[in-house]
Amino acid sequence: MGEALLSIRQLNKRFDTAGGQVQALEDVELEVEEGEFITVIGPSGCGKSTLLRIIAGLDTGYTGSVTLEGKAIGGPGIDKGFIFQEHRLFPWLTVEKNIASDLPLGRPDIRQRVDELIELVKLGGFETAYPRELSGGMAQRVAIARALLRSPKVLLLDEPFGALDAFTRAHMQTVLLDIWRRNRTTMIFVTHDIDEAVFLGNRVVILEPRPGKIRKIVPIDLPYPRKKTTTSFQELRLKVLNYFEKVDELELKDGAGI
Amino acid sequence: MAERAVAAGNAGSAGRAGSASRAGRIRRPEGPGKVAIAGLGLLLPGGVLILWQMLSHYGMISAMLFPAPYTIAQSFITLASSGELWINLRVSALRTLSGFLLGGGLGLLLGIVVGLFRRSEKLLDPSLQMIRMIPSLAVVPLFILWFGIGEESKVLLIAKSAFFPLYIHTFMGIRGTDNKLFEVARVLGFSRRQQILRLVLPAAVPNIMLGVRLSLGLAWLGLVVAELIASTSGIGYMMSDARQFADTPVVFVGIIVFAAAGLLTDTMVRLVERRLLRWQDSYQG
Ligand SMILES: Nc1ncnc2c1ncn2[C@@H]1O[C@H](COP(=O)(O)OP(=O)(O)OP(=O)(O)O)[C@@H](O)[C@H]1O
Ligand SMILES: [Mg+2]
Repeated sequence: MGEALLSIRQLNKRFDTAGGQVQALEDVELEVEEGEFITVIGPSGCGKSTLLRIIAGLDTGYTGSVTLEGKAIGGPGIDKGFIFQEHRLFPWLTVEKNIASDLPLGRPDIRQRVDELIELVKLGGFETAYPRELSGGMAQRVAIARALLRSPKVLLLDEPFGALDAFTRAHMQTVLLDIWRRNRTTMIFVTHDIDEAVFLGNRVVILEPRPGKIRKIVPIDLPYPRKKTTTSFQELRLKVLNYFEKVDELELKDGAGI
Repeated sequence: MAERAVAAGNAGSAGRAGSASRAGRIRRPEGPGKVAIAGLGLLLPGGVLILWQMLSHYGMISAMLFPAPYTIAQSFITLASSGELWINLRVSALRTLSGFLLGGGLGLLLGIVVGLFRRSEKLLDPSLQMIRMIPSLAVVPLFILWFGIGEESKVLLIAKSAFFPLYIHTFMGIRGTDNKLFEVARVLGFSRRQQILRLVLPAAVPNIMLGVRLSLGLAWLGLVVAELIASTSGIGYMMSDARQFADTPVVFVGIIVFAAAGLLTDTMVRLVERRLLRWQDSYQG
């Protein structure tokens, strides 16, 4: 293996709040290879969002090192795409203008790429619709296209399908895998859905809470496209679930709920 | 394979639902037509007018204080055909427009500057709020002393009235920008300039448009004050002149002209607003 695309070493992050200090992340170690699809799973409040926001450069004030292509994360930028749980589109811009955002849609090369991305996220016919006219899944696809237009080195997704119904969610998972297969964009995908984590990821990172720590990294050696009904899928799912339940027990022992 | 088919079907129906709802927003399928709805607004004033005419006709109200609508209409026609009305209206409209552009423009500009930069807020806002608390009528004598009863004092009085709504609402609109969208702007690598042009200002447009409407309303109000107090032309002058000769119908004509002019400008601004805020998703009634 060569040099990892993203490497996280001895990452510690603490929040100082009025109620005292919260150790959001403790000694997190993670290496992500180029083109990998990493899923991160863990109970609420275990630091998943914090981890992503630190990689994105949105949160600072941590100790340890986080490097992308060997360089420390300076701040937010287009090399680190971010998809939030809510679509966060600009409500006053149409779909195509949202995707372009600050880039001039009048430039032929940008126009062409935007059109390709609209095709890729299957939104043909909605180029000039406003966000209010889109369903949740469609809006989230626009957000993904907006990030992809910037050709990020890594795409960070924070429970992007969390608010969607089961059908739309399954559909979005296949769309995302399709995008990944074609673009080979490195993905770090946070979820609290075990099925989703096993269905999408090359590796599943299981976090435990208080303090947020990596409990286990489970490799998922299943070929794509995966089927959730196969026994091998179910075995891996159970394996992940097992670690998850250990996390649960740990929490109950501490007297803290999820 | 089956999943693919489900996914494709899903996308297809989502597409249809989307375009259907879009069409639905433009054209309402059922219910009374546009004309009927507009007629609803005329019901009340129309009824009052008929009642009024009848009461005057039977001499039940003073013809001196409440001239019959018919008399007012006659007086309107006389004023309109002699050209007196139009000359005065032109003068008044010009004053309102220049006062609004001066005050409102300044309000917009300072609202943006104060909204964007905390330091300019500390520097300017306290003084501006102090000026805001001075009633317009209180500065009239001063304005007249400084500028005489010429155009300047009137335009300045109107400008003072028009300044504050736009200033305050622009400021509020800018400060109300969603922090979540700011994070998006950072992730997308917007420069400071782009953050202002592509995020802060568009996000403030709904508030700014509200400010424009309120400013215009206050500009007309300022005009009336200015023209009633000291003036030799304009609709307000026409009214105060008529009052001296107890020519009540002309006073009513003036009131109606002000109302119509105010309504017309407000409707124009609302049309612009509708166009600018097409993207907004809010209750339409
Ligand atoms: N800005 C903040 N200030 C103070 N504490 C914070 C802040 N952000 C997060 N925390 C704390 O850090 C811990 C981790 O939060 P984080 O949002 O990363 O959890 P999460 O795993 O994303 O949870 P969820 O699944 O609910 O989104 C929590 O205990 C939270 O209270
Ligand atoms: Mg979170």
